[in-house]
Amino acid sequence: MIALLLRDLRLAIRAGGGFGLGLAFFLIVVVLVPFGVGPETELLSRIAPGILWVASLLAALLSLDRIFALDYEDGSLALLATSPLPMEGAAMIKALAHWITTGLPLTLAAPALGFLLSLAPEAYVYLLISLLVGTPALSMIGTFGAALTVGLRRGGLLLSLLVLPLYVPTLIFGAEAVRRGAEGLDPTGALMLMGGITAGSFALLPFATAAVLRINLR
Amino acid sequence: MLTVENLTCARGGVPVLTEVSFAVEAGRALILRGPNGIGKTTLLRTLAGLQPATDGTVRFPEDEGAYASHADGIKTALTVTENLKFWADVHAADLPDEILKTFDLADLRDRLGGTLSAGQKRRLGLARLGVIGRKVLFLDEPTVSLDAFSVRMFADWLQNTHLAAGGVAVIATHIDMGLDAPELDLTPFKAADDAGGGSDEAFL
Repeated sequence: MIALLLRDLRLAIRAGGGFGLGLAFFLIVVVLVPFGVGPETELLSRIAPGILWVASLLAALLSLDRIFALDYEDGSLALLATSPLPMEGAAMIKALAHWITTGLPLTLAAPALGFLLSLAPEAYVYLLISLLVGTPALSMIGTFGAALTVGLRRGGLLLSLLVLPLYVPTLIFGAEAVRRGAEGLDPTGALMLMGGITAGSFALLPFATAAVLRINLR
Repeated sequence: MLTVENLTCARGGVPVLTEVSFAVEAGRALILRGPNGIGKTTLLRTLAGLQPATDGTVRFPEDEGAYASHADGIKTALTVTENLKFWADVHAADLPDEILKTFDLADLRDRLGGTLSAGQKRRLGLARLGVIGRKVLFLDEPTVSLDAFSVRMFADWLQNTHLAAGGVAVIATHIDMGLDAPELDLTPFKAADDAGGGSDEAFL
C-alpha cells in the first residue's frame, strides 16, 4: 500500500501530474473575490469563511477525475484489481494521495488568503483546523465519485454534479466553524460534526468505492 | 493446477461462450484459438476474476493468478525500473537484475515509460510477469507489437523459466510462438445467438 501511495505522489509531482493546479486555482478564485465585491473590508471579512471554504471545495474538485481515469486508461487498474492489494485499501490510499497533493497544500495556504479577505484574527486557527479536519472528507467522497464515473467519456462534468451535493454537509459545518470562531463563539460542535463526516466517509466509502470499481472493470 | 468446469461467460450482458471445460497441469501451457470476437479476451478476464462467470467454476491456487492484456499498465512519467519496482512492491517481491536482462531492458532502465517504443513497452509489460512471481498467467495477445526476436525471447522465458518452475499459462494468440503446448479452439463453445441468462449487470 505504501508503494501505491509513493507511486501516486511521485506521479503527481512529475511532469503532467497536475500538482499545484488545485492550489493555483484556489489562489486565483480567492484573489478574484475582492475584485468582484469591492474593497469593503467589513463585507469581505464577513463573507471570508464562506469564500475560503467554497474555493477550497472547488479546488479539490478540479483534480478528482484524474484519481482513477489515468490508471483505468493504461490498464493499471485491472492489474491492481488482480494484485494482492485489496481494492478497499487501494481506494483509501488513492484518497489519501489526493488529499496530500491538494487538501494539505490548500489548508496550509488558506491563512495567507484569509489575510487578503481580512478574515477576523480570532478565526485563523479555526480556519486551519476546519480545513485540516474537513478536506480529507472531500478527497474520500471525491474518490468515490471518481470511481463511479471511471471509464465514462467526459465523466468530469457528471463527476462534479454527483460529488458537489455530497460536499454540502462538509461545507456547512466547515464555514460555520470558521464563522463562529470569527465571532468569538464556540465552534467545537461544528468541528466535531465535521470530524464525524470525515471519519464516517473514511470508514464506509472505501468499501463502496471498491465495489463500484469492480463493477466498472467488468 | 488450473481447472475450468462448464464455464459460461458473457460480455456486456450477451453470453459469448458456454460450457467451456479444460484443465491445465503444473508446468503446462494452453493456447486459445478462435476467430476475432469468439470470446478469448472475455474468457481470460473471467478466468482472472475481473468479471464474474455466469455459470460454472474456475479453480486455481488462491492469489496465484496474473492477467496481462494489450494495456500494459505502464506509467509514462516513471522510469522502466520505477515501473517494475512498483509492481514488485505491490506483490511483496524483489526486482532481480536478471529480469531486466531477460527482457532486454537493461539498457533502458532509466528511460521514462513515455519515451519507449510500442515493442519496448510490451517487453516492459511482460517483464512485470517475471517480477510478480505468480504461477497462473492469463495472457491476452502477449506478442502484439513484438518483433520475431522478442517473441522468441518471451517464449523462451515462458518455457524455460515460468513453466519449468511449475507455472501455468493460458495464452490467447494468433501467431505460432513455438511453445510445446496443446491448443484449444473455442469455436465449438460459441453461445447460441438466443441464449439467455447473460445479464450480470449490477446496475440493471
